[in-house]
Amino acid sequence: MNEFDLIIIGGGPAGMAAAVSAKKAGIDDLLILERDSVLGGILNQCIHNGFGLHTFKEELTGPEYAEKYADMVREQQIPFELETMVLAVEKLAGSNKKAVTVISSMRGVQTLYAKAVILAMGCRERPRGALNIPGSRPQGVYTAGTAQKLVNIEGAKLGREVVILGSGDIGLIMARRMTLEGAHVAAVAELMPYSSGLKRNIVQCLDDYGIPLLLSHTVVDIKGKDKLEGVYIAKVDEKNQPIKGTEEYYPCDTLLLSCGLIPENELTVGAGVEIDPRTNGAIVNESLETNIEGVFSCGNVLHVHDLVDFVSEESARAGENAAKYILKGSDHSGKVLAVKAENGVRYTVPSKINTVNLSELNHIRFRVTGVYKNVSIVVRSGETELLRKRSQILVPSEMVDLILKKDKFDGLNDDISVFIEEVGQ
Amino acid sequence: MTKELTCICCPMGCPLKAEVDEKGNVLSVTGNTCIRGENYAKTELVAPVRIVTTTAKTKSGKPVPVKTKEAVPKSKIFDVVKEIKETSVDLPVKMGDVIVRNTADTGVDVVATRSAE
Repeated sequence: MNEFDLIIIGGGPAGMAAAVSAKKAGIDDLLILERDSVLGGILNQCIHNGFGLHTFKEELTGPEYAEKYADMVREQQIPFELETMVLAVEKLAGSNKKAVTVISSMRGVQTLYAKAVILAMGCRERPRGALNIPGSRPQGVYTAGTAQKLVNIEGAKLGREVVILGSGDIGLIMARRMTLEGAHVAAVAELMPYSSGLKRNIVQCLDDYGIPLLLSHTVVDIKGKDKLEGVYIAKVDEKNQPIKGTEEYYPCDTLLLSCGLIPENELTVGAGVEIDPRTNGAIVNESLETNIEGVFSCGNVLHVHDLVDFVSEESARAGENAAKYILKGSDHSGKVLAVKAENGVRYTVPSKINTVNLSELNHIRFRVTGVYKNVSIVVRSGETELLRKRSQILVPSEMVDLILKKDKFDGLNDDISVFIEEVGQ
Repeated sequence: MTKELTCICCPMGCPLKAEVDEKGNVLSVTGNTCIRGENYAKTELVAPVRIVTTTAKTKSGKPVPVKTKEAVPKSKIFDVVKEIKETSVDLPVKMGDVIVRNTADTGVDVVATRSAE
């Protein structure tokens, strides 16, 4: 049997939440495809606490959060196949069917067919090759997430003397993790004048252990032929250019890179889905549906989140919408309004809304372009203000989630703008 | 004396200054923009606590993730980690199983955070 109503690609937090909600909405003929040997995705290696405050109203670790969702998948008898790699997704010409080509030891290479597909592949780390750091290529340079997997899943011992480049949350978490594993973390260098990680992680992971955070600093050279021997860190100017004469040498045997996450969208692009260059994720509408009918996207493959609770919530909506599509088909009769990211807003998800498909509560999620204090978030369509919300502070590391009731969109004719407005002194 | 700290209750990250007497009692807090900052400083300066997460070894060679069931005094973090590292977990283990009782005399148990076979 190679025909399904719904195929979900990815068995991490996004895929599991989408599957559970699609099942609840009446889809029994579904399948989760996961390339790892367990469900849970990246959560399995995130052994620290801080997950689930929204979803489960308690503070869980990553593996606990994953296991709770995996238990739901099993209880609801949702089929999943592990160690299965998806090679391609394609919409068949002249039909609404989607072909999903997979490879696994059980199936060999096979093509499965589905009425709807949910893309939930997550994201990966920006590797050294994408950072253009000069210097040699010794052993001892890892992305923070790879180091996290090696230490937490494999039980590997990494180095003793550590420098971290980039203050993303995984880098901060790994600074503490390496310290607890007996290593000395000399510094975390961050190119930007602000951290890209959450404040609480700076306090709990760096300050607690006396690890310095060097803002506006970067690694300018990597030393060591076979094994890493040390790195040079320099201050950067306001154009992020290293300032000559400020280089300082840090002897180390381990360099961790925590320099951003990129949605993993090779399959998406291959399927012909339009990508938003600001998020590196699919362009989606209010239903989290891509430009290909019946292909949905959610979680970190759509846009990188900072809270798994937001991933679960978003993915549950994708599951519900996919179910609606399978059971009722599409409705294109409404008016399509673009959602535009303007002053201070880097992107929005969704980037278009078909008013006929709105839910009772509708989410617009975005990130700001810089640090804003004491401002208003405004959502406007022509002369109509849909929402105005004061905010003490907005930072790029924290995604903003706006919720708008359906009736706010009644009678709108103009595109919707989301922007940040300074509050008069 | 004055102690400085950063509030972690929200992304504001208010720089707090707290007046503390010789016994360590917090007399006043300034720099906060809301009541949460004051409360944070009072707990954080008197008895800072953290949930500790790490891994414990098993016979299979792959570690199993664990946590302290409640927050433990910050000063005990390394004692807790040391005790966990000296423990070998018998498999199979279920999420929530106690790995170490009353770790480092904190009155808090260490539990597995994932089931493993």
